[in-house]
Amino acid sequence: MASEGRRTAYVNARLLDPASGLDRAGALLVEGKRIVDLGPGLFADGVPGGVALVDCGGACLAPGLIDLRVQLREPGEEHKETIESGCAAAAAGGVTSMVCLPNTSPPIDDVSVVEFIARRAREVGTVKVFAYGAATQGCRGEQIAEMGILAEAGAVAFTDGVRAIANAQVMRRALAYAKTFGLLIVQHAEEPALATSGVMNEGEIATRLGLAGITPAAEAILLERDMRLVALTGARYHAAHVATAEGVAVIRAAKARGLPVTADTAPPYFLLNDTAVGDYRSFARLSPPLRSEDDRKAVEAGLLDRTIDCIASDHAPQDQDAKRLPFAQAEPGAVGLETLLALALSLVHNRRAGLLDVLRLLSLRPAEIMGFPAGRLAPGAPADLVLFDPARPWRIEPERFRSKSKNSPFDRHPTQGRVLRTVVDGATVYSAGADATRG
Amino acid sequence: MGDPDATLRFPHRHILGIAGLARDEIAFLLDLADSYVDQNRRADKKNAVLRGRTLINLFFEDSTRTRTSFELAGKRLGADVINMSVATSAVKKGETLIDTAMTLNAMHLDVLVVRHAASGAVHLLADKVDCAVVNAGDGSHEHPTQALLDALTIRRRKGGLEGLLVAICGDILHSRVARSNMLLLQTMGARVRVVAPATLLPAAIGRYGVEVHHDMRTGLADADIVMMLRLQLERMNGSFLPSIREYFRFFGLDYAKLGVAKPDALIMHPGPINRGVEIDSELADDINRSVIREQVEMGVAVRMACLDALMRNAPSNAGG
Repeated sequence: MASEGRRTAYVNARLLDPASGLDRAGALLVEGKRIVDLGPGLFADGVPGGVALVDCGGACLAPGLIDLRVQLREPGEEHKETIESGCAAAAAGGVTSMVCLPNTSPPIDDVSVVEFIARRAREVGTVKVFAYGAATQGCRGEQIAEMGILAEAGAVAFTDGVRAIANAQVMRRALAYAKTFGLLIVQHAEEPALATSGVMNEGEIATRLGLAGITPAAEAILLERDMRLVALTGARYHAAHVATAEGVAVIRAAKARGLPVTADTAPPYFLLNDTAVGDYRSFARLSPPLRSEDDRKAVEAGLLDRTIDCIASDHAPQDQDAKRLPFAQAEPGAVGLETLLALALSLVHNRRAGLLDVLRLLSLRPAEIMGFPAGRLAPGAPADLVLFDPARPWRIEPERFRSKSKNSPFDRHPTQGRVLRTVVDGATVYSAGADATRG
Repeated sequence: MGDPDATLRFPHRHILGIAGLARDEIAFLLDLADSYVDQNRRADKKNAVLRGRTLINLFFEDSTRTRTSFELAGKRLGADVINMSVATSAVKKGETLIDTAMTLNAMHLDVLVVRHAASGAVHLLADKVDCAVVNAGDGSHEHPTQALLDALTIRRRKGGLEGLLVAICGDILHSRVARSNMLLLQTMGARVRVVAPATLLPAAIGRYGVEVHHDMRTGLADADIVMMLRLQLERMNGSFLPSIREYFRFFGLDYAKLGVAKPDALIMHPGPINRGVEIDSELADDINRSVIREQVEMGVAVRMACLDALMRNAPSNAGG
């Protein structure tokens, strides 16, 4: 941990700040837990004595990634992931803050669980872990949870996690109740009546494989309903992992109407389509499911035109027992913390977006949505940083993940963009090696 | 009481709600009630204003205190008072509300006091019966005598209603007390705030012309009167509110939350109190702040005034 007032200079860096649009070679000075200065001219005359030096070797220095959708599985399913292993995975992925879903066991619908997670994260002492509170008691979608008390205990927003808040009256009251305290509701927008019997995208592949499909309308139907409830209540709403063209269109129209709505998606939804299911690859079983190529393109377009505000990892660890099953019986979900940056950077490498645009999706916007002070390089901001080489090629090898679970649909995919160092509150929590970092 | 202008000053056959009552009509009822407060404090509490008249308390919903209050009011004015509660009425045998009205008409009563769980049920009865009707609470609609007794309590303590800031807190959505009070207090020149979670506010609350707050700290700031509402326990099963402890934490009245109100702010509650749910138990009993017991006393006087005013308009020879 950085001792109080200790100063560290990051020199020879490509400074990237999506908030200000800064993209220049320069240096950055950290004192204690905060950024105190940065710019192209900083330390032009050398670094003064008593300041620790990190030579960035020309690599990119940007605000640390902020991941709005992570399942840490603790408490309850520690064989899949723990707060400690999840933090290690996050640090390796350049993630400096993450928000974990409430579908633990017990669920995060009680102050004691919020406090437990905060205590475990404090003991691990690396990446900042924030918790969603359950929007309804037990995430059962029936009775609204103690959002006021949970928010006081530290819950940053409210969701039923991997389950949709399906009942319209419950959703209306959850939104109205959240509005009472100025809180955000996050929805897994998938109409369960249409989704629960299906296991993948409804279409030709599902038909040929003989698997039960989920119509893409399941997403648009719930989003459309929710937009009306948002208009009715005035509450803030965030749509998680948007995956269909129709869903993107609903969010786009809602934003045009001025509704207080934001959205995220995850790399599988703008990089893969339902052909990834191939011969019943259970690692490609996700919730919501991988959609068609047209949907994938629409999600990508939504990211580029800012309809979708941010990219989250949607980290959903599953052990082998949960995945080595016939496709329809396998648990949905994929790990994503350690591949988030590289996969998001494919938007840059495919010439779809600029580096600052992608960083905006990974740090600035998620911070703004949650009201975190991080997500920017600015004097006074927390020294939560990621140092990365955007071009370095590597192959995704899940057996090397720090996460306890290895379920990635990107297994063996070649990719580009490597995290070199991750800094949280001024302290280095991950370093890829000494090659790019001296001092 | 021999006021020859009384009919002109209160030209109503029924009291079904505060809606429809003019400012000077409300003031007339409050003035009349004031005189009954004095009468009720004497050893001889009776007069003969309603001698020979028949009053029936027709309660389709349980309420010991309101029914008792009307019963006392009728008896102190010399009327014959009969209580009919739903458990013993023909309603249980399938008689409709209209049938009940026809039966009552045949009994030649003078005043019918009605409480019913359905909004509008009292109006329906009033359309069908020949006698005067007083609404003792219908559904989530109105409870005019409660608002009048609250106004009388405030007026006697504060000298008037004009310009006072009244915060009504709690389950506004389901509350007939809140609706009648919002109407009455604003008619009399008071400023009204409502303070509640958004789940317990009616959709068109903005149309009442009241200030809407979701936070007791802003809602009670500089308030002269803090009026707490009873929270029905069935509201706390998670559909409107997550739990009792969360409700009390954010919307229950305690000394800390009261701290932002005026130092001499009065606390009111229509009763019966849920201690530790909408109000701290000690605070409810604090004789320097709480006027809850005084409200009960004013209730009898206000109901006497209502009965008196209505009977001045009633034909002196029923059926004639």
